[in-house]
Amino acid sequence: MEIAVIKYNAGNIQSVIYALERLGLQPLLTDQPEEIHRADKVIFPGQGEASSAMRYLRERKLDQVIKNLKQPVLGICVGLQLMCQFSEEGNAECLGIFDVTVKRFPARSKIPHMGWNDLKVTGGVLCQHLRQDAYLYYVHSYYAELSEYTTATNDYILPFSVALEKDNFYAIQPHLEKSGRDGEQILKNFLAL
Amino acid sequence: MLTKRIIPCLDVKNGRTVKGVNFVELRDAGDPVALAKIYAEEGADELVFLDITATVEKRKTLAALVKKVAEQVNIPFTVGGGISSREDVETMLYTGADKVSINSAAVNRPELIEELAANYGSQCIVVAIDTRFVNGRHVVHTHGGRYPTEVETFAWAKEVQERGAGEILLTSMDHDGTKKGFAHTLTAQLSDALTIPIIASGGAGTMEHFMDVFTFGKADAALAASIFHYKEIPVPQLKAYLQQHQIPVRIVA
Repeated sequence: MEIAVIKYNAGNIQSVIYALERLGLQPLLTDQPEEIHRADKVIFPGQGEASSAMRYLRERKLDQVIKNLKQPVLGICVGLQLMCQFSEEGNAECLGIFDVTVKRFPARSKIPHMGWNDLKVTGGVLCQHLRQDAYLYYVHSYYAELSEYTTATNDYILPFSVALEKDNFYAIQPHLEKSGRDGEQILKNFLAL
Repeated sequence: MLTKRIIPCLDVKNGRTVKGVNFVELRDAGDPVALAKIYAEEGADELVFLDITATVEKRKTLAALVKKVAEQVNIPFTVGGGISSREDVETMLYTGADKVSINSAAVNRPELIEELAANYGSQCIVVAIDTRFVNGRHVVHTHGGRYPTEVETFAWAKEVQERGAGEILLTSMDHDGTKKGFAHTLTAQLSDALTIPIIASGGAGTMEHFMDVFTFGKADAALAASIFHYKEIPVPQLKAYLQQHQIPVRIVA
């Protein structure tokens, strides 16, 4: 199975590569459209600032590449946020795969939402087979609103989307690659699609 | 519900784990990568590697260790100890560290915090504050706690938050190595005054100390070293205890 990890100006790409290697895969880190198109599955990682990430993707026309992919695509953390319509972070027009707005958490508690938190699975296939008290590692100051694409939720300051699914597009807010065995289960679910 | 984090700290020197008692006397406690994997499996929520190597080869040996940990460990980890420049930070993050911790370098040049936050994001910038109570005030110390500064701890903590730190690792030198409990009054005051998470460090000796620092101390995370390394308090036992006492923690199967 060929896994392409999209190379762009995001912070934790190497961690995603290592997580896939721990599962016995040899992912390809690439920003080449033909290599991304050819892969069986594509992972769109993320950590960083939304508007500068979108600028970087547009400059390389990767925005068009990503949203036109037909194979399963998994966005992680900022990857999820960039797959939405609009982000308040730098007022960024995003990829628009999910018609969802990404907003900043109101300052009623500590921001970023940082650490291990649970999730409530409401549907979809990405978060299947998790143990009852699964925990994932979150680090984010912005959140995707609840929507018709939401397949897992959590509540920090207010309810937000932990996972989104639509057609061949899957996205998850917490850092799966750093979420112990529970994160590995979700990664395996995606790889099994 | 967001859980309270338990963070074993691994002091490393020349690629081996050591623990400083009151920052001075050192004992060898094993291979850092092996320890890291055990902690991750046992349910540690994060790890901190504090490098106390003093040689010019430091950055290279630390980067080699960071790479091995990143390859093998499936929980977040922070690297600190003598990290003084943007180049140091970039090396650690690109090698696979999730966060870097800066201390003396931030005191010497506070703008470094802004530069790092702007380039890599606040979420990966931890500012470590070593504090000691001197003549009626909490004073920031640098260089592994060796040198007192003129800087007052609360003022400095607020400043680092404003400059873009993502978290504060607060070590009470008055408590460190004593095993008599964390500095929960000081930790609570900082936690109330700030909006970024506080990792409490220094003084862990019993499981009750952890409960106290999460309740009275209002800490978001608690860090300890020797009690974990010498298996005085195994992580799973600590978490079971905290759960029994209604502290939200992540239990691994």
